[in-house]
Amino acid sequence: MKKLLAAMLTGTMMFSLAACGSDSSSAVSTSTAASTEAASNESTVSASAEDGSLTGTLQLGVIGPLTGGAALYGNSVSNGASIAVDEINALSADFQIELNAQDDEHDAEKSVNAYNTLKDWGAQAIIGCVTTTPCVAVASEANADRMFMLTPSASATSVTEGNDNVFQLCFSDPNQGSASAQYISDNALASKIAVIYNNSDAYSTGIYQTFQSKADEIGLEIVSVTTFTDDTANDFSVQLTEAQNAGAELIFLPIYYTPASLIMQQASSMGYDVELFGVDGMDGILSLEGFDTSLAEGVMLLTPFSADATDDLTVSFVTKYEEAYSETPSQFAADGYDCPYAIYAALTYYAENNGGLDVTDMSYSDLCEILISVFADPDFSCDGVTGLGMTWTASGEVNKAPKAVVIENGAYVGL
Amino acid sequence: MKNKLNVKNIFCGVSKKSRSGFINYGIVIVFFIIFQTLSSMGKLTNSLSGQLIPICVYVIMALSLNLVVGISGELSLGHAGFMSVGAFAGVIVATSLQNVIVSGSVRLILALLIGAAVAAVMGVVIGIPVLRLQGDYLAIVTLAFGEIIKNVLNCLYIGSDSHGLHFSMTDSNSLGLDADGVVILNGPMGALGIKKLSTFFSGIILILIVLFIIQNLVNSRAGRAIMAIRDNRIAAEASGLNIIKYKLMAFVTSAAIAGAAGALYALNYSTVVPKKFDFNTSILILVFVVLGGIGNLRGSIIAAAVLTVLPELLRQFQDYRMLVYAIVLILVMLITNNEQAKAFTKRIFRKKAKEEC
Repeated sequence: MKKLLAAMLTGTMMFSLAACGSDSSSAVSTSTAASTEAASNESTVSASAEDGSLTGTLQLGVIGPLTGGAALYGNSVSNGASIAVDEINALSADFQIELNAQDDEHDAEKSVNAYNTLKDWGAQAIIGCVTTTPCVAVASEANADRMFMLTPSASATSVTEGNDNVFQLCFSDPNQGSASAQYISDNALASKIAVIYNNSDAYSTGIYQTFQSKADEIGLEIVSVTTFTDDTANDFSVQLTEAQNAGAELIFLPIYYTPASLIMQQASSMGYDVELFGVDGMDGILSLEGFDTSLAEGVMLLTPFSADATDDLTVSFVTKYEEAYSETPSQFAADGYDCPYAIYAALTYYAENNGGLDVTDMSYSDLCEILISVFADPDFSCDGVTGLGMTWTASGEVNKAPKAVVIENGAYVGL
Repeated sequence: MKNKLNVKNIFCGVSKKSRSGFINYGIVIVFFIIFQTLSSMGKLTNSLSGQLIPICVYVIMALSLNLVVGISGELSLGHAGFMSVGAFAGVIVATSLQNVIVSGSVRLILALLIGAAVAAVMGVVIGIPVLRLQGDYLAIVTLAFGEIIKNVLNCLYIGSDSHGLHFSMTDSNSLGLDADGVVILNGPMGALGIKKLSTFFSGIILILIVLFIIQNLVNSRAGRAIMAIRDNRIAAEASGLNIIKYKLMAFVTSAAIAGAAGALYALNYSTVVPKKFDFNTSILILVFVVLGGIGNLRGSIIAAAVLTVLPELLRQFQDYRMLVYAIVLILVMLITNNEQAKAFTKRIFRKKAKEEC
């Protein structure tokens, strides 16, 4: 038994070691650079200006998985946010943002710990959490404390439900599920639809549930619904065969791109020619290493961001991101990039309408009330790489147009 | 001064075992008093005060697992499974009684009791067939049990409305809830919108109750039988001990305690997902037990508390904290198993004990 114990413990250590192989150190260094810069500028900041300008130093916390299985998302968000913060800090010496990213390992308990750590650090508002389950746990803590939260990517409705201090920058799950069903029906893409979703994942299940209700409502015929879990995400022949036998012409895939790429490979090797429709988790499939992009030809997806867009905002962001981190930014990075800008825009909006605002040493609860009042204001809107003219409802959901894109010749093309 | 001496005399009078038991209670109570005063003075950081309840939970889990691994000598690798069962049972009780029982503390006590009861039932179900096996088989079956629980809960949907509880294995739409109904358990999304009921005080009380149960069990006739079976199964069987009965007693008690810990844990957060209670959590608790010393209750308490706080203290190391954590584990293991270090601590403690009496 002692030998078994020893083997187990060694195994655990290997796991914990493997989990820390991430590359967020660059994000950390930029945030510290920003903070020292901010500190040196602090002396030049004039005390509360009355001319409608925004001044002071804002301490922003970021919570997301920087290590572990979901590290890709957390690091993307934190990288995107630090690029935005550097840009904002370069705009004017009067207003500076300090960024502090804390790891939550995609775990509710760790996330609450990270939140408390950020509170000790003096965070005045939180960008996060990146993933849904931790976000729900932190949101209720933040609601009790009156700390403002803007989540870049936690899409479940449970994040904002009952929490007036939490706003989403991404589409909510119902939004995506019902928009997809609506889009398929409006464009008469298919009459028989199959769904394959991950039933061990909150994101995937949430979108499926709203897709199903919307489909029932508008009379879409769903002929096959099959599931997989994180542990069984390497073989989809059973699910694909069932969809094929049921005569499905289109498969709706509310899942992330890694399992989706396998589905495409297996469908192609089975000789099953079917249309595929994805959601924002599918974004990034073209930059997946070792993936034959010709398989993704004709795949449709709803996404708020595509790195190949040619507008100035996106081009500038993508160039900077590629320069700093030598990879193409995903939708998560774009969401992370938009968050500091949304908060900056909201504070500027408030300062303009209320004769100036100095955020240095302002308590997080005061700042929370200001930000809630601005975000819930229907006249407030801001532009970002994930959408132009974003507005928010008082319940915390974002309004922006979902873009449907199709993959043609290895690139995303707007529909 | 005179009083102090009297207390010492009393301690010297009682047996070594019960004295060590009293010290365990004392450690927990002192821990409570220190942190309670610090937090009422506002000296406690947010980070630490947010971890008080998780500390209590992991201490209870470590004590519970120590009963199986240390006292009964079986290896359980699925202890998080019992925690999970208790957690979700507790959440269902606390949420569905929200409108019936107003008092939060009554609901918390009910949730803890029912969490413990449901986990105990699972303990019996697993234990009866498995404890007939010998060696490492229990480890493998409990490992499987933890995974089964996780996957079943991932597919389980429970809602409540004016007609009572609704269950489904397909999705939350098929629960058929009234308009006023709430989904308590939503498959992989877990339980959402839990009202926070756990307090530091309730956690400490639970630790004291658990310590009381385990220490009395260990020092009873049954406890001696359990340890006799651990030390030599054949000799114990030859002396007429009912092996299955005593093993089951330790295993089910441990499962019930883990269930209560799970309920306390779940009611401290507004959400809890089945994925949380996976193999890694089971191993984490085993690490507490092994590091604190197998069979050593006080060691478990201290190891669980320190190792829960340690990763948070290491946040300043950023990405290297996992590495530092692993190195700390290795160093503690090496030092506690070093003969010279052991002899050194023994000498110090013996000197103290001599001075006391």
